[in-house]
Amino acid sequence: MNGPEILKQNVDILKTRMGACYPGVRAVFRGFDLHKELKDIDWIDLYMFGVTGRRFSPSQLRLLNSIWTYTSYPDARIWNNRVAALAGTARSTGNLGISAALAVSEASIYGRGIDIRAIDFLIRTRNELDKGGNLADCVKKELETFRGIAGYGRPLTSVDERIAPITELARSLGLDEGPHILLAHAVDKFLLDGRWRLRMNYGALCAAFTADMGLTPQEFYRFAFPGFLSGMQPCYIEAEENPEGSLFPLSCSHIIYDGKPKRTWLRPDDVMP
Amino acid sequence: MNPGKKAESIYTRIWLEEPEPGNDFATKAAYCHGYDVYGQMLGNSGWAEMNYLLFRGEAPAPQQTRLFDALAVALANPGPRDQSVHAAMCGGVGGSPAAACLMAALAVGAGHLSGGREVFLAMEIWKECGTDIDLWSARLAAPAEHIPSIWPDPEHPSGFDPHGVSASTIVTQTLHCLSQLSSGMRLPWLETNRHKLEELAGHPIAFSGVAAAAFTDLDFSPEQGEMLYLLLRLPGAAAHALEQKHSGHKKFPFFKIELEDDPENKEK
Repeated sequence: MNGPEILKQNVDILKTRMGACYPGVRAVFRGFDLHKELKDIDWIDLYMFGVTGRRFSPSQLRLLNSIWTYTSYPDARIWNNRVAALAGTARSTGNLGISAALAVSEASIYGRGIDIRAIDFLIRTRNELDKGGNLADCVKKELETFRGIAGYGRPLTSVDERIAPITELARSLGLDEGPHILLAHAVDKFLLDGRWRLRMNYGALCAAFTADMGLTPQEFYRFAFPGFLSGMQPCYIEAEENPEGSLFPLSCSHIIYDGKPKRTWLRPDDVMP
Repeated sequence: MNPGKKAESIYTRIWLEEPEPGNDFATKAAYCHGYDVYGQMLGNSGWAEMNYLLFRGEAPAPQQTRLFDALAVALANPGPRDQSVHAAMCGGVGGSPAAACLMAALAVGAGHLSGGREVFLAMEIWKECGTDIDLWSARLAAPAEHIPSIWPDPEHPSGFDPHGVSASTIVTQTLHCLSQLSSGMRLPWLETNRHKLEELAGHPIAFSGVAAAAFTDLDFSPEQGEMLYLLLRLPGAAAHALEQKHSGHKKFPFFKIELEDDPENKEK
């Protein structure tokens, strides 16, 4: 058994290579003085440096920035955005609502849960192909294991309106021909030819772009975290501006009950001898 | 407004609400799995019964109620050393909203070190291995499988304490009490076979392991057990958050720092 030795070694101290705040003096961010060496850095540049410890080219940052932009939908019907909006209509705080909405974005059929599986699939498959494997076997194995392929198919519709603009931007930046992007398209074609009805969605495409930038699955997952954020704030704001409780009010007749029929509650004394 | 199916509907087997005459948005009566909550259950049922009914769809037997109640007492306060309570106190000491304190406790208490994810995975093991020591032996000896997921890979066997030397007294006290109350097989079996399992796991049993056995004995699914574990640990987080709010930040630890990559050292 390991015992508590590792805990004892870390009592009352933070040993870190990530950074520190020296109140009234300076702040360090991953080995650089934040207010001197990093003072002119863009927020997305700093964010990606925080996530990876690496710096990215202006073209890469432009594409990463637009990956967020093109999926920022201020539509309060979307499940995660709806959480932000419901917080507004219920007169909770903006931070609580948005924080919860971001947490909800870590879903298994969209958002972060799909992101991490999509990039994992593409990196694994790329490695398999490099070792001489063939695409059909990789795709079929994935379908058998997970009953689907993360990044292919979409809950509400098979068409993904984000694909054309992000592809066009990537082409203009010369970032559209990396090995993972080519693989993502090859998988899309394979599924289409096989009539699987699983068209490539934005998640697979963004996973491929970032894999081509050298991001690991965990790094892509962390990069994607604020992806829906910009669309959430308007949802909260409008709901908070409108009369309280007026967003998606549910009446009793909205609730379709299909459970047990009415029955009598018996106290334990009534049923115990 | 016409009763019946609307274009947009929520389907539920849990809850029926009947409207007040003339206002479809006000509730005259509410039924939980068929029982009149405000007309019959209120005053005649306890917290454990209501929660068991919500999740399982049936009222618990008296022995199940006693076990669920006892489990709720055991889990109510993980104490201020626990990471989830520590997180809630960070909210409290800075004056964050009450919900933020609880969200902090939920987020930090959700993982694989004493958290909801650990209980979920431990319950999956109970489902797979039951009370067969040979299956447990094979399961605990198997290398951890990497599955791409939002969750970090488990670093220790689910339900065991990676930093323990031996099972702590409060854990064994809980196990003993709950196994006396259980009408299921796992808790008594766990108490009898604890040392053997700990030897196989290389770690002592943890609260999460006892809770997983208790939830399984109460017929909850792993998903339900995970939810309930998150829920049942919140009271302590809330109380400690409020306490720190009133104590103030000067009495709350801030800790020393040892920066390994300091630009000032590079300059020198």
